[in-house]
Amino acid sequence: MLRVICALLLALFFIAPAYGQNAFQDLVQTHAPQIIKGSVKTAPAVIADIQATKSPAATTFLQNWQSKDLWYRRADDLIVTVTTDDNKTYTLLGLADQSVIGTAQKSEIKQIKPNSGLRGLLGTALVGAQLASDDLTTRRSSLESLARDPAPEHLAPLRAALNAETDADLRAKMLRLERLLTLQYDTDTDERVAAINGFAGDLGLDVRARLNPLLDTRLQLSQTPPAAGTFARMITPANDETLSVTDAYAMLVAKGWASADISSDDKRKTLIVNIENGTVGGVDIADLNTDENRDVAYAALVDAGIAPIDVSDADIVSAVETAYFYDTYIEQSPAVIAAAQTALKRINTKVAISQTVDLFLDGLSLASIFFLAAIGLAITFGVMRVINMAHGEFIMMGAYTGFVVQQVITNYTLSIIIAIPAAFAVTFAAGVAMERLIIRHLYHRPLETLLATFGVSIALQQLAKNIFGTQARPLTSPDWLGGAWQINDVIAISWIRVAIFVLSILFFLMLWFTLNKTRLGLETRAVTQNPRMAASMGINPDKINMLTFGLGSGIAGIAGVAIGLFAKVTSELGSDYIVQSFMTVVVGGVGNIWGTLAGAAMIGFLQKGIEWMNPSNTLAAQTFMIIFIIIFIQFRPRGIIALKGRAAGD
Amino acid sequence: MQGPLGKFMLKHPSTLVFLGLLSLFTIIVTIGSEAFGYGFVSTSFVKTLGKTLCFCLIAIAMDLVWGYCGILSLGHFAFFGLGGYMIGMWLMYERTRLIVVNAAENAQIPMTHQEIQDAIGTQIFGVVGGSDFPLVWAFSHLFWVQLALVVLVPGILALIFGWLAFRSRVTGVYLSILTQAMTLALALYLFQNDSGLRGNNGLSGLQNLPGLESTDQSLISMWFFWASAFALGLGYLLVKLIVESKLGNVVRAIRDDEARVRFLGYNVEVYKLFIFTLTAVIAAIAGALYYPQAGIINPAEIAPIASIYLAVWVAIGGRGRIYGAVIGAAVVSLLSSWFTGGQAPDISLGFYTIKWVDWWLVLLGISFVIVTLYVPKGIGGLFDKFTKGAEQ
Repeated sequence: MLRVICALLLALFFIAPAYGQNAFQDLVQTHAPQIIKGSVKTAPAVIADIQATKSPAATTFLQNWQSKDLWYRRADDLIVTVTTDDNKTYTLLGLADQSVIGTAQKSEIKQIKPNSGLRGLLGTALVGAQLASDDLTTRRSSLESLARDPAPEHLAPLRAALNAETDADLRAKMLRLERLLTLQYDTDTDERVAAINGFAGDLGLDVRARLNPLLDTRLQLSQTPPAAGTFARMITPANDETLSVTDAYAMLVAKGWASADISSDDKRKTLIVNIENGTVGGVDIADLNTDENRDVAYAALVDAGIAPIDVSDADIVSAVETAYFYDTYIEQSPAVIAAAQTALKRINTKVAISQTVDLFLDGLSLASIFFLAAIGLAITFGVMRVINMAHGEFIMMGAYTGFVVQQVITNYTLSIIIAIPAAFAVTFAAGVAMERLIIRHLYHRPLETLLATFGVSIALQQLAKNIFGTQARPLTSPDWLGGAWQINDVIAISWIRVAIFVLSILFFLMLWFTLNKTRLGLETRAVTQNPRMAASMGINPDKINMLTFGLGSGIAGIAGVAIGLFAKVTSELGSDYIVQSFMTVVVGGVGNIWGTLAGAAMIGFLQKGIEWMNPSNTLAAQTFMIIFIIIFIQFRPRGIIALKGRAAGD
Repeated sequence: MQGPLGKFMLKHPSTLVFLGLLSLFTIIVTIGSEAFGYGFVSTSFVKTLGKTLCFCLIAIAMDLVWGYCGILSLGHFAFFGLGGYMIGMWLMYERTRLIVVNAAENAQIPMTHQEIQDAIGTQIFGVVGGSDFPLVWAFSHLFWVQLALVVLVPGILALIFGWLAFRSRVTGVYLSILTQAMTLALALYLFQNDSGLRGNNGLSGLQNLPGLESTDQSLISMWFFWASAFALGLGYLLVKLIVESKLGNVVRAIRDDEARVRFLGYNVEVYKLFIFTLTAVIAAIAGALYYPQAGIINPAEIAPIASIYLAVWVAIGGRGRIYGAVIGAAVVSLLSSWFTGGQAPDISLGFYTIKWVDWWLVLLGISFVIVTLYVPKGIGGLFDKFTKGAEQ
């Protein structure tokens, strides 16, 4: 008994798909003549019939039909798909489940080739089917592929799908695409105007890319005043930037309304051709070194009928003045143009606001980079008054420490977490060593500190070159710092820059706390203001100087890791920042870190501001910024935030 | 020895010694040159020596402004470079013009003035995608004007910058940083393609004097060598005269205690401005002699690091003694070119070979530190033992 049931179940199991296969194939076969003939008139009924099955096979079938992958057997019109290895013997596959039906020779079968009208129809049906699919992911991906490659015939299925869409997010995207397609392909003016108005305030690049062409103009010219219509503006070549008199005249010549202007080069060639016995047109060759004499000679040639008459500059001007030059819109509907103008105006206002915010963020980020590079210097130079030209090399050492740590630890997150204290330790040690060995002996000779530390700087730079080579080494940021924070279509800021901003705020707070609220800070300030008095109060100035210098250098090392994350690590990394760092400290005001903050903010925003005025030229921006700083120092020689009273030292 | 100059020489025999040694050196090089003598000094080495003399001249200027006046300027190479650019503009324009005119001699009809200008413009500014002459080239066709600009442009720049800086009493390290900023600004400006001076291509082919294409470089190199030696001798004498005069006393007093000199009623700013501008002009003349020997000038030459090197030469040679600056510049720059030119033999340690090209800068850096720490008077200080402090 059991055996019988099993047999029955097995039989059912095999029969069921076979039945499905036959059903779909049979359905297709009922329409075989229409499919093979492939007429646009009969196809919609066939497509509707096939789509009504709602089976996956239907979608595959329509796709195959569209991409000319359907074949039929000449003998019985059996519609199949095929595979072949040698282009002679073909294996026939069933439509429902690609099961092998049999084989055929090339002559026994024929490909079904729908014409382009039918293929469009099939495409629309497919899009409609996918957009109306019950599966949200299918609908989403089909919408995305539609947005990548839109076509006029997609409008109808999109609109149908829009009305049926239930998912709010997808519906919003569909609506947006529907508007884009409408303003581009729809023929109804009211629909297009409505679509354009729907885009008010949309910052998307795709919107601007489709709205701008609506306002494209074409340069026209006529001999009579232009008729009204989609006429954009009149152009007077004499005082217009877009059309010079020469170009305008060339247009007149192209239309055949004026004779061509002879260029001075052509004139010269004509003169050369007509040299006779050392003269041209009665003028000696040696005298042809001025334009006046050449004109005389050429005029003589014209009189003799040898050369075409030249047009004088005055003729050109008057010829251009008598013609009418004007721009017309390519778009025909005035209502659409007006709507596009209004929409673009509103979009542009919003873009301008966003760009200002973006510029502000750029400035903030540059300021925090400057701050980070300069903050170590704010301690060694600002507080201790030591000119450390090797400060930039400490930044470089920090960056290379980060690189070395990454060679050992491959997990980027972990390696950055380890690199920061490691860089601090390395540069702290280097700073302490330098203070003990060199700077200690030069506290009374500040200008010579500059020279000695410069010596250290070039030695360290060359050492780095010898060890790590001249090529840039990468310091890779962890994935969670990759990419950018996209606030809208215009405002974006990379996460690394956000991290640097956060880091510089953190440094600022930490340093402010250390200098103003801790014992070490108090002793540091005491030693820098009056080392002897501090010593008599029981402070060891040697130790304090050493620690303070070490702290400043260590912070430079951490800054190096941060800078290395967005700039390539080379031995010149430090020297790129050293002059700016000194300027930051000097402009801000020596002796307190508020000044450094103010200096970095000023330099950062200033540089971005000047760059914004002339975006193609960052070198010029830097030049003007430095000149501005030189002038600024004239008016506030002690910087933005100047110390007063005894703390000012000298 | 007759006249005031003769008396001066007798009073300060070191000047006489220096000028004598310089003349002797010039004669030896002339005798050894390929153009006039036995040829044991190659033309390229004559050029190197001529360039070194120019470095010595700017080092003298640096010594005057830093060693005697106490202004550590980190921007004097900017003036040096500007001097080079000014003479380079004429050299490049005139040479290109001659080439264009020569090429036009075979043309069937002569070129108009405008055509010549356009051809020169295309030749010179083609590399930066232009053909029009920028405004700064307005006088490039006039040799004497351009020669005057060698002095005037850096002089006026120094005057304006110095006036701004000294007026607001920027002193010490702040002034150093400010001069460094000025150099950086100038270098960055010149790096732009639309600066009008061919961006980072700079001016090239300056070793070819216009109209002297057929003259051999061995001869030209000697002319420039003589000119450099003459300028150095003259510069030495001028600076010596200044520092030994009453003016020199005031200048030294400003170095030692600026406030006290001001309280004594001297207008400190005017003195500093005079010295700053004068040294800028000397630097510019040195540059104008240097770059025709180097053949090429580009904005990288003006980068802040060059001016720091200048300070280092003077420090190693010995500040506050003019011959010290000369010795420092000559020794360090010649050693640098020897070590970095690959002529110095590598030292094999078995496990590691010291290549001087790689290690010279490390050695140089360490020697700055050692000189600054232990030999603050520099190499020139060694001579004090012989002269027993007769010179200040």
